[in-house]
Amino acid sequence: MADVNPVESLRAAFSDAVQDVQEFRGEITFIIDRDHIVDVCRYCRDTKGLEYNFLSDVAGVDYFPQEPRFAVSYHLYSMIHNRALRLKVLLPGEEPEIPSVIGLFPSANWSEREIYDMFGITFTGHPDLRRLLMPEDWDGHPLRKDYPLGYETVQFSFNFDEVDKYKPYARE
Amino acid sequence: MTGSDDNLWQGDVEKLKGLVSERALTGETMVLNMGPQHPSTHGVLRLLLELDGETVVTCVPDIGYLHTGIEKNMESKRYEQSIVMTDRMDYLSPMGNNLVYCLAMEKLIDLDVPPRAQVIRVLLSELTRINSHLVWLGTHALDIGAMSVFLYCFRERERLLDIFEMVSGQRMMSTYFRPGGVWRDVPAEFEPAVRDFINYFPPRVDDYEKLLTNNPLWLDRTQGIGFISADDAIRYGCSGPTLRGSGVNWDIRKALPYSGYENFDFDVPLGQHGDVYDRYLIRIEEMRQSLRIVEQALDKLPDGPVRSNNRKYVPPPRSELGQSMEAVIHHFKLWTEGFRPPVGEVYQRIESPRGELGCYLVSDGEPKPWRVHFRTPSFIHLSVLPLMSKDHLIADLVGIIGSVDIVLGDCDR
Repeated sequence: MADVNPVESLRAAFSDAVQDVQEFRGEITFIIDRDHIVDVCRYCRDTKGLEYNFLSDVAGVDYFPQEPRFAVSYHLYSMIHNRALRLKVLLPGEEPEIPSVIGLFPSANWSEREIYDMFGITFTGHPDLRRLLMPEDWDGHPLRKDYPLGYETVQFSFNFDEVDKYKPYARE
Repeated sequence: MTGSDDNLWQGDVEKLKGLVSERALTGETMVLNMGPQHPSTHGVLRLLLELDGETVVTCVPDIGYLHTGIEKNMESKRYEQSIVMTDRMDYLSPMGNNLVYCLAMEKLIDLDVPPRAQVIRVLLSELTRINSHLVWLGTHALDIGAMSVFLYCFRERERLLDIFEMVSGQRMMSTYFRPGGVWRDVPAEFEPAVRDFINYFPPRVDDYEKLLTNNPLWLDRTQGIGFISADDAIRYGCSGPTLRGSGVNWDIRKALPYSGYENFDFDVPLGQHGDVYDRYLIRIEEMRQSLRIVEQALDKLPDGPVRSNNRKYVPPPRSELGQSMEAVIHHFKLWTEGFRPPVGEVYQRIESPRGELGCYLVSDGEPKPWRVHFRTPSFIHLSVLPLMSKDHLIADLVGIIGSVDIVLGDCDR
């Protein structure tokens, strides 16, 4: 049972959920349909011969201006078979939402909160979805590609009052 | 207490709901803020504690006080320009951070690394591990009340920092590893200095053990504290000494060797009880094992170049610029535009002193990375703190934080 091929196994079990399989530099990436991500994770974790028991990392990517705009990558690893796997879910730019895998892998807890904070992707079913790194009253999601790296809006006469409202000097 | 009581509490009780238990809302237990400027939280970590007497009922870590936006910044810099920022994440293991980022880049562009550079990388990574463990041991012991260990650890660390300065010109933020190898060859005085350290260091580790390992006060404060079972450690994503303290034999240097770790002979120490004491024993033993690797690396250090000759990705040495038009073109291209890796994404993991350090690199074929994400061990380990600290005394909480060895720069990035 030790050498179950993850590609064949996942394709057979989830013919409608696996949208694509890519291989690059020896790393296999499955593009998974959003609604099936929890089932696929459970299958990867519990199936004999796969047993991806360790979720290393969850990371968000913003492909702006492409559509589907967002991606969430899950890096699974099997300590038993010493193999790694990447599951990737593509999400639309408008109100991105994805089921949380925290019930299967508690290690996703803070990673999902970080993605919520940085990309504004909502993880449904996450028990404590608050901002993690940024202050709780922060506007915007910094790792989105349309979020500027820095800079200050230049104040001209035509937009003086508008910009002045946001200027950080002390007021009465 | 002076002043009007109206001004004391400015928070919103609604926000505490769900974070602390119902008992806290009725005033039966106390909610206490710890940090962010607290010396024993190892950086700027804030904890919201719910206490029943001195017992921790709930612990809610609050991070982000050292968030520097390194991942966002990297997206606007060329691949090679970002190496300096990786040093500043986990400032106790700068070479480890350099290594994971360089390995990820090399995997992405399929770049070769000469054997001499590989061995130098292993050697310096292991010295960095000793360096990091020394700071951990000193501060961890200091937290629990053993002052003198701190002074001895920092004395030995000074020698390591001298070695780092010798090879890279910098004591801490070395930026020594570059894609395709290392910045330059090690100087002639490097080998005697490391040999000297190999002879000097083992008796010092014995000294630390004499001070702590059988010390009844140390045993009382560490044994049975901060327990985590092997199953929970895997489920919650623990790695490194924190995972091995619970008896799980998983070391990335053995399981998924990188930089030629498969050619070195070393043992992976394992714990049995999953408590603070076992994690302490493991790190002590790891320092000895790292020294074994350093000694082997020094013995078999091959001759040859220390950087790849692939001129599409690695700039030519200065000496070539006067003679070769080709070299001038490559030099100009690499320092103005940078290199263009193929489109794709890679995930590279290494065993940092704290556990699994991962780098997820997404390339769109441009000279700047589309997305860089670091999976840092401190980040994941800190999220396990509520589980480990439940029902412990508040004084033991400090020991538990020390035992998972967090660095807040690594955590917040």
